[in-house]
Amino acid sequence: MKPTDTARPDHFHQVVDCQWGCPAHTDVPYYIRQIAQGDYTGAYLENRKSNVFPGILGRVCDRPCEPACRRGRLDEEPVAICRLKRVAADLSDDVRKYLPPKGTSNGKRIACIGAGAASLTVANDLLPLGYDIVMYEQHDKPGGLMRTNIPSFRLPAEVLDDEIALIVERGVDLRLNTKIDSMQALLDEGYDAIFVGTGAPRGKNLDLPGRYESDRIHIGIDWLEEVAFEHTDSIGENVLIIGVGNTAMDCCRTSLRLGGKNVKVMARKPRNWFKASEWELEDAEEENVDILINHAPKEFVVKDGKLKGMLFDKLHYDIDDNGRLSEPTIIEEVFIECDDVILAIGQDNAFPWIEKETGLELTQWDTPVVHETNHSSSIDGIFFGGDAAYGPKNIIWAVEHGHRAAISIHKHCEGEDISDRPPRGVNLLSTKMGIHEWSYSNDFDDVPRHKMNHVDLVKRFKDIKIEVELGFNAEQTAREVERCLNCDIQTVFTEKLCIECDACMDVCPTLCLTITENGEEDDLRNRLRAPANNKTQVLYVSDALPQTGKVMVKDEDLCVHCGLCAERCPTGAWDMRKSRISIPYASGTMHAAVASDK
Amino acid sequence: MSFLKKPKISHPGLPTNDIGLTVRDYEGAMSTLCAGCGHDSISSAIMQAYFELSVEPHRVAKVSGIGCSSKTPTYFLGGAHGFNSVHGRMPSIATGANAANRELNYIGVSGDGDSLSIGLGQFGHAIRRNINMMYLIENNGVYGLTKGQFSASADRGSTAKKGEANPYSPIDPVLLAISLGCTFVGRGFSGDKEHLVPMLKSAIRHNGFALLDIISPCVTFNDHEGSTKSYAHTRANLRETVYADFTEHHEEIVAQVEPGEYKNIMMHDGSRVGFKRVDESYDPTNRISAISYIEEHRAKGEVVTGLLYLEEGSSEMHSVLGSNKQAMATLPYSKLNPGTETLARIQKRWR
Repeated sequence: MKPTDTARPDHFHQVVDCQWGCPAHTDVPYYIRQIAQGDYTGAYLENRKSNVFPGILGRVCDRPCEPACRRGRLDEEPVAICRLKRVAADLSDDVRKYLPPKGTSNGKRIACIGAGAASLTVANDLLPLGYDIVMYEQHDKPGGLMRTNIPSFRLPAEVLDDEIALIVERGVDLRLNTKIDSMQALLDEGYDAIFVGTGAPRGKNLDLPGRYESDRIHIGIDWLEEVAFEHTDSIGENVLIIGVGNTAMDCCRTSLRLGGKNVKVMARKPRNWFKASEWELEDAEEENVDILINHAPKEFVVKDGKLKGMLFDKLHYDIDDNGRLSEPTIIEEVFIECDDVILAIGQDNAFPWIEKETGLELTQWDTPVVHETNHSSSIDGIFFGGDAAYGPKNIIWAVEHGHRAAISIHKHCEGEDISDRPPRGVNLLSTKMGIHEWSYSNDFDDVPRHKMNHVDLVKRFKDIKIEVELGFNAEQTAREVERCLNCDIQTVFTEKLCIECDACMDVCPTLCLTITENGEEDDLRNRLRAPANNKTQVLYVSDALPQTGKVMVKDEDLCVHCGLCAERCPTGAWDMRKSRISIPYASGTMHAAVASDK
Repeated sequence: MSFLKKPKISHPGLPTNDIGLTVRDYEGAMSTLCAGCGHDSISSAIMQAYFELSVEPHRVAKVSGIGCSSKTPTYFLGGAHGFNSVHGRMPSIATGANAANRELNYIGVSGDGDSLSIGLGQFGHAIRRNINMMYLIENNGVYGLTKGQFSASADRGSTAKKGEANPYSPIDPVLLAISLGCTFVGRGFSGDKEHLVPMLKSAIRHNGFALLDIISPCVTFNDHEGSTKSYAHTRANLRETVYADFTEHHEEIVAQVEPGEYKNIMMHDGSRVGFKRVDESYDPTNRISAISYIEEHRAKGEVVTGLLYLEEGSSEMHSVLGSNKQAMATLPYSKLNPGTETLARIQKRWR
């Protein structure tokens, strides 16, 4: 193998699994250390720079960082990253004085359609540059799907209001109760750019017999929206939820708070094929929701205009050697009684308000053709982001889309090429403080992941606004931060200093270092001291060593970043260096900027 | 030394040996030696060897004298028995322990100071008695604990850290051992575990006294230019002569070698040591030719390594003495001490 090119920002970036896995590339280990040091405001700002809504995401993020966490590969449970984010948000001071004010107007006007996560991020990034942002929202409150689809027992309205205010009050021209129903009309207003962040607001229907004979069959996200705006405040005692994604989990738990007593979630496939996040399933099951597997909806049974229940086909699947499901066979027909049915089987984006005459190119599913990285559409100056761009994803992806679109909009308005993207960078700084002292907590702490405390099962159903999760207390926080493996403190090797004494190899607790003859990757992986079967994790290969011409190979997979290799190295060939990945934003590259401004 | 303990967390995919242990189960306490010390690397090779042989750690007894090397038994096989004895007197402790309990697996760890200066006499007699043990000399050519004076193994003309040259000729433990009739003699290098581990395994399985002289650079006092025991000098002058590989009796021999250059020797427990001669003229079962070969290359400044001499069918101390087959330590008290009446009867014979 060729020596690893560590100057390429992606090399050290992908070692930081959580940051690499996060669509917005939040520097997780960095803010966890800030929390450990009690700098909650700093941690909040560090979060805010990349993910804009730490308080919201600290509660309801889809957490792609957690399955990616190295700790999960070592002792099964990842660091509770999301919960720690909430700690930063809960304990942070008011950050208003640290946020850049709206810049002197540059005379450019940008329209953002929809006041959800993507549009708000665009506004957040463009305001300091002096853009005038006009944001259109059909409802009487901003927030988009974060407000309408996420029930308040998971995300209190105050948290949403606070974080949206941090953007809007800096000078967004927010026009509530203003539904855009013509793209052409908007184009005629002469904006310098238009950003479409209208989400995926159309819940999928289930067109089975009986579907239109009762008004007790609801579309999940529409129903959640009615609940959010307090247009609906009750439901029957027996409720069936069709579908087993995260929306289904919100629907079943919301039903329990509106009078549902016997709530069943009906899944077509076995548990391993559920779409909902594991923790959302757990939270629903804690509230005694039944989840029935292998039931395919067949018919709504309505008698005399009254919904009686639903017919299902009970299915049987075989699982083949590759873990794939076979075509199901029907075992029997089952009738399940109910008063209400909520359909939570997915959602689509919908653009009935974009006229054909505008010339906007659409795909075969009537969704806009959107460029993957710069978010441009076929019309110069119109950009799409969030669920509106590529269909339903999640909040953190919407934020990242907003960042990227903001760069594109800025370039578009400056007359630059939007496909010429600003580069990422990497900066390394040694953490060595003394002979065996490092500026980070390098010892491995073997405490298990802390469980979130919840409001007790009786109290929580009294009011839909009671937030179920209590947040980590001081002790939980203090212990959980120590579980972080500090993957951003990189092991950096300088081959010309190495005398091949093997000390690093011998001391490494996970045996991730090997000095051996060079070879091709597959061959090298077989010759390392411990199995290196996880090919998603890179090998860090040195140049030829001075004494024998062998190479130092590090399997990044299970390194716990304890720094013992560097402590036991007599020549300083290994060093522990903090990597800061610089991520470009519309207002310039930021990494340590916010923290040092403070 | 590091302030933190080596984390207990380990690679979830680590292989286990025949008794279900991973190599990490053979660890001891965190080393307090200088970072980069050759001795730590040897400790690591020892753990690997015992792991591969599936020896239960509590069936091993570690004995040592005084010096950097003699501290190291603390850093491997935490579950083993141990005795850190007086300077140069480890062979006596080992002899006594072995006499009392022949069932344990003995490893003596010593250094060039401990064995070749103060303990030279004891060293010679342990060889002569052919105690069933593995005896390691972690040889760095200096007294590390007292800050780098030349030891008895330092080569004439090699220089100390501050530049003064050594006026005395060295004692070569390998030549000494062969000439004293040692039944298993090898030399290794701490920076070459690939060869060291199979040699350690062969030595552990040898029925008798197995001496391994292991060049183990002292990073703090003897790793400079002018030293003949540095990492760089050893690597540049290493002459790998006989590569030993070790096969347990239940394993198949898989080494692929040309016929004629390979020789298998059966150990008393049925395991086999295979000799691959890099230098075809070398015969590791012939004392006289071994001595002249080593001398010849020493004159050229080369460090001959490998399993250099092995006596087939060696008789260790207990078989020479014809002592009880069962370990004395496990005999009932009535057998160990037959009582005053028996003593009186024996004494009566000489009256």
